[in-house]
Amino acid sequence: MFRVTDKALNLQELVDYVTDPQAGAIVTFIGTTRNQNEGRQVLSLDYEAYPEMAEKELKRLGQEAGKRWNIQRMAIVHRVGRVEITEPSVIIAVSAAHRDDAFQACRFAIEEIKKTVPIWKKEVFEGGEVWIGTQSGQRFHQR
Amino acid sequence: MKVKVKLFAILRERAGAGEITKEIGEGSTVIELWEALTRDYPKLASAKIHLLYAVNQSYVTPDHVLRDRDEVVFVPPVSGG
Repeated sequence: MFRVTDKALNLQELVDYVTDPQAGAIVTFIGTTRNQNEGRQVLSLDYEAYPEMAEKELKRLGQEAGKRWNIQRMAIVHRVGRVEITEPSVIIAVSAAHRDDAFQACRFAIEEIKKTVPIWKKEVFEGGEVWIGTQSGQRFHQR
Repeated sequence: MKVKVKLFAILRERAGAGEITKEIGEGSTVIELWEALTRDYPKLASAKIHLLYAVNQSYVTPDHVLRDRDEVVFVPPVSGG
């Protein structure tokens, strides 16, 4: 399951998806929206994706993880649109016969998402907004 | 020939458009298309950001030769997660 959605994420749905009789471990990662970044008071994050390609890239990195580690199943769902503080923006679930493979594949997935998957976040903070990864933050007001 | 350009995130905001159909010459490359777009939309190039290039939902190099009706996306730095 590799999906981009504008709906709230549901951890149990991913856990159910990766549940497998041959698995001895399920590892999950939940990325959540933090209220501070680089000294800024963050109000919310707005995520945007190129959905067709993002899902394709998520699937590709899932296949890559399957080549590197002995895993049973993987699921990644990334949210788009406005994500409020404390809410999940991404959930990854991996099942494997042994926990070490599940932990490593899960770590790999979140690191790769941040490098190659066409999803962008705009941080809306007290007094402005910025697309993370660019240097072009536009402040609403100079303070 | 015509290609469809989709713009996302900071590039969409700079251009004020999410999708542009652009007429280009046969044999044009991705980087040539970008140069033509920045002439039409000078704000696209207003601050240097590192771009990746995707054609029909796969990453390509800047010298990739375009074909009629390709879907082209200029990918600003990704920041999912």
